[in-house]
Amino acid sequence: MNLDIPGKFAPIVHQAQQVAREVFRPISRHYDRAEHAYPKELDMFASIMDGMNDGAADGGAGAGRLARSAGDTGTGNQNGTNMKTVLGLTELCWGDVGLALSIPRQGLGNSAIAAVANEQQLQRFGKTWAAMAITEPGVGSDSAAIRTTATKDGDHYIINGEKIYVTAGERANAVVVWATLDTSQGRAAIKSFVVEKGTPGMTVERLEKKLGIRASDTAAIRFHNCRVPKENLLGDPEISVDKGFAGAMQTFDNTRPVVAGMAIGVARAALERTQEILKTAGLDLAYQQQSWTTTAAVRELHLLEAELEAARLLTLRAAWMADNGQPNSKEASMAKAKAGRVGNQITLRCVELCASLGYQETELLEKWARDSKILDIFEGTQQIQLLIIARRLLGKSSSELK
Amino acid sequence: MTRDPIGLALSIMNRISGNPLLDRLGLRSPLERTAYQGTRTGFRTIALAGREFKRVRNWLPRKRLPPGAPGDLFDLSLDDDQQMIVDSLKRLARDVLRPAAQEADEQGRLPEAVKHEAAALGLPMYAVPSEFGGVAEQQSPVTSVLIAEQLAWGDMALAIRLLVPFSVAQAISCWGNGEQQSRYLPAFCEDTPPVASLAIDEPTPLFDPMQPSTTATETDQGYRINGEKSFVIAGAECELLLVSAALNGTPRVFIIETAGLNLAIADTPGMGLRAAEATSVRFDNLDVPADALLGDDDFCFQAFIDRAALMRCGLAIGTAQAVLDYVIPYCNDRQAFGEPISHRQSVAFMISNMAIETDSMRMLTWRAASRAETGRSFHRESCLARLLCNEKSMEIGTNGVQLLGGHGFVKEHPVERWYRDLRSTATHHGGVHA
Repeated sequence: MNLDIPGKFAPIVHQAQQVAREVFRPISRHYDRAEHAYPKELDMFASIMDGMNDGAADGGAGAGRLARSAGDTGTGNQNGTNMKTVLGLTELCWGDVGLALSIPRQGLGNSAIAAVANEQQLQRFGKTWAAMAITEPGVGSDSAAIRTTATKDGDHYIINGEKIYVTAGERANAVVVWATLDTSQGRAAIKSFVVEKGTPGMTVERLEKKLGIRASDTAAIRFHNCRVPKENLLGDPEISVDKGFAGAMQTFDNTRPVVAGMAIGVARAALERTQEILKTAGLDLAYQQQSWTTTAAVRELHLLEAELEAARLLTLRAAWMADNGQPNSKEASMAKAKAGRVGNQITLRCVELCASLGYQETELLEKWARDSKILDIFEGTQQIQLLIIARRLLGKSSSELK
Repeated sequence: MTRDPIGLALSIMNRISGNPLLDRLGLRSPLERTAYQGTRTGFRTIALAGREFKRVRNWLPRKRLPPGAPGDLFDLSLDDDQQMIVDSLKRLARDVLRPAAQEADEQGRLPEAVKHEAAALGLPMYAVPSEFGGVAEQQSPVTSVLIAEQLAWGDMALAIRLLVPFSVAQAISCWGNGEQQSRYLPAFCEDTPPVASLAIDEPTPLFDPMQPSTTATETDQGYRINGEKSFVIAGAECELLLVSAALNGTPRVFIIETAGLNLAIADTPGMGLRAAEATSVRFDNLDVPADALLGDDDFCFQAFIDRAALMRCGLAIGTAQAVLDYVIPYCNDRQAFGEPISHRQSVAFMISNMAIETDSMRMLTWRAASRAETGRSFHRESCLARLLCNEKSMEIGTNGVQLLGGHGFVKEHPVERWYRDLRSTATHHGGVHA
C-alpha cells in the first residue's frame, strides 16, 4: 500500500508547476480583468505540451488521452494516464483555472472524442481542439432532456437547437454537440456530433460574463440547419436502449476526477498563500494531536488542509481505479463531490481568514474564491454527484431515486 | 449560583435517596439497586495479583523491526498477508463481536466467549518480532490500522478491549530496549498473554497528551510516580501498565508491573465503550525501578502518540463503516408516504455523504499508516487524519441515529451505541498503539 505520488510523475508535476508559476500566475490577474481577451501566451505553451505528450513513451497526459490507457499497458498495478492527467491539471489550476481551461486541444470535447471515437474519427479529430456543448437554455443537469435535434438527411445530419455554457466554444476548432435523433425516445436517442468551426449554420451568439474563470470563454452557440457529414457522429449511430447515452455518460467517469483535481489545485493555492500570510503574521502552524489548544484560525487551517488531503486522495483513488480498468463511477463522483465542495469552502474561508487583505484584488485569494465555485457546478453539480453515489450505494434506479 | 429553598430540599432528597441505609433497611427495590450499583464511582485500593515478569539475565540485544520497502507506485490494494488478516477479522467481527456487543455494553464487560474466540487468533503475536516468539518481520502500522478497522466494525468497545495487549506489545516492540523486550515480549506470545494497558489520558479538559500532569521524579532507586490516569482499560486486572508521565518536564513512558502493588482504582464507565472496562488509576508516590523507563536513545514520545492516533483513526473508520452498512438496508426497507425513505434525496444524500467521509477518513489514515510503515515522516499526516476523523466520525454517528429516527434512539438497533462510541474518537489518546 502506498498513497504517495509515484516518483515517475515527478517530472510532469514539476513541469506543470513551472508553467503554473511562470506562465499562468504572472498573467492571471490581467485576464481576470480583461474578460474575453484571448490569452495568446497559451499558444506557445500548447505546442510545448503537444510535443511533450507525443514524445511520451507511456501515452502522455491530457484531455485527449484519458480512457485510452486502461487495460492496455500490461499487468499488475498501473499508474497511468488518468492519474498523470489529474496531477498535471491540479498543478496548472494551482496557477489559474481559467487559463488551464483555455489551453488549446485540452477541452472536454477532446476527452469525449478520446472516449467514444472510432479509429477513423480519431485520425480526423484527434488533434483538433474540441469544446463540449451539452447544456441548453432550459436543460442543465437533466442532460437526457435536451431539445437540440439531429435529423438524418442522406449522408448528413442536420442539427437544430441552441447550446449554452460551452467552455472554449469560440476559441476551439470544433464543438462536440449533444443532440437527439428522436425526441420521443429519451436518452437512448442522444448522440454526440463533431461540428467543425466555420460549418454553415453554427453561430456563436455571445460570450457570457462570469463570476470567475474569466480567462476562459463561455459561449452560447446557435445551430440553424447546420449540416454535418454522418461520419461526424461519434460512436454507434443506432438508437439502442442499452448503450448510447450510457456510453456518453462514461466519459464523465474519466473527466470527473480531472475536474476534482482542478478544484484541489485552486484550493491548494489559496491554502498555501493563507498559510504564508498567517505565518508572517506570527501564527504557529505546528501540527498537534490536541487541536483545541491552538488558535481557532490555526485549527481551521489544519482542518481545511485535512479536507483538501481527503479530496486529493479520493481523486487519486478514482484515477488509479480508471488506470487499472476498474469500474469507478461511484468513486469518480465521490471525488468530484468532495473536491468540488471543499475546494469552494477552502478558498472562501481563506479569504475570510485574511480579512480585507483576502478580499482585495491585491492578492489572488478573492479571485480563487470566485474561480472555485464553477468547479462544484460543471461536470455534474454537487447534487448530481450525490445522486449518482446514492443510487449506487442504495441500488436504486433513476426512476426510484429521482 | 446560590441555593434557594427548593434547591436545598431537592439536594437533601437526592442525598437521602443515595443513602446506603435504604439498602440495609430493604427500602430499595431490587431494580433500583442495580441502577445504583452500576453507577458507583470512587477509588478503591485494589491489591493486584498479576504474574511476575522475570528479569532476564542473558537478554537479547534491542530489536527494531525494519521498515517495509516503499513501493513507488500509488497502490490501494492490500498484500496477501493483510488480506488474510482482514478476512479472518471480518469473520470474527461479524460472527462473534457484533452479536455479543449489546449485552457486553449493558454488562460493561468483555464476555468470556468473545475473549476465548479472539484469543485463538493470537493477535499480540503480530506485534512481536520472531526473536521473542512472535511472527512480526517488519513494521506494520497499516496492518494494525486494518485490524482496528475490522474489529471496530463489529464493536468498538470490544475492539479496544481486545487490542490493548496487542497495543502494549506494539509499544514495547517499537520502543523498548533489549532488556525490556526480552523480559516482556515473550509473555505476549503465550497462550494467555498478560492483561496489559496503556495509561495516557488524564481527566482534565483540553487534555494534551504531550503535557501530562502525571509526574515522575528521579529517586535513588529509580522513579517516583504521582498523578491520575483515566481510560485505563481493565485497570483492576492489569498485569502490566504503560504510563505516560513528565520526567523533568519531558513526557516519557514507564512500564509498571502491577503484581503485588496496591493501586487506587475506580471504575469509570463512560458514555460509550462500556465493554472496554475503563478505569481510572491513581498513583500516590509509586516507586518504580530505574529500568521501568521505556526505551532508549531512540525513544520519541511524539511518534508514540502519533501511532496511538493512527489506531484510534482505524477504530473510527470501522465503526463509521458499520453505521453506513446499517443505514443502507434500513432506509431501503423503511417505508414512509408509500415508498422507501431512501427514495428521498434528503435521506439519500446523507448516506452519500457518510460514504464520502468514511472513505475520506480511510484515505488519510491509510496514507499516514503507510508512511509510518515505510519509515517516512508521518506526524503531519497522522495529525490531519486524526483531525478529520474527530470531525467526521461523530457526524456519521449522529446522522446514523437521525436516519433511523426513533429507531435510532432505542436499543433495539445498535446505532445509538455507535453514536456513543464514536464520541470517543476525539476525546481519547490512549489505550491503543499501531
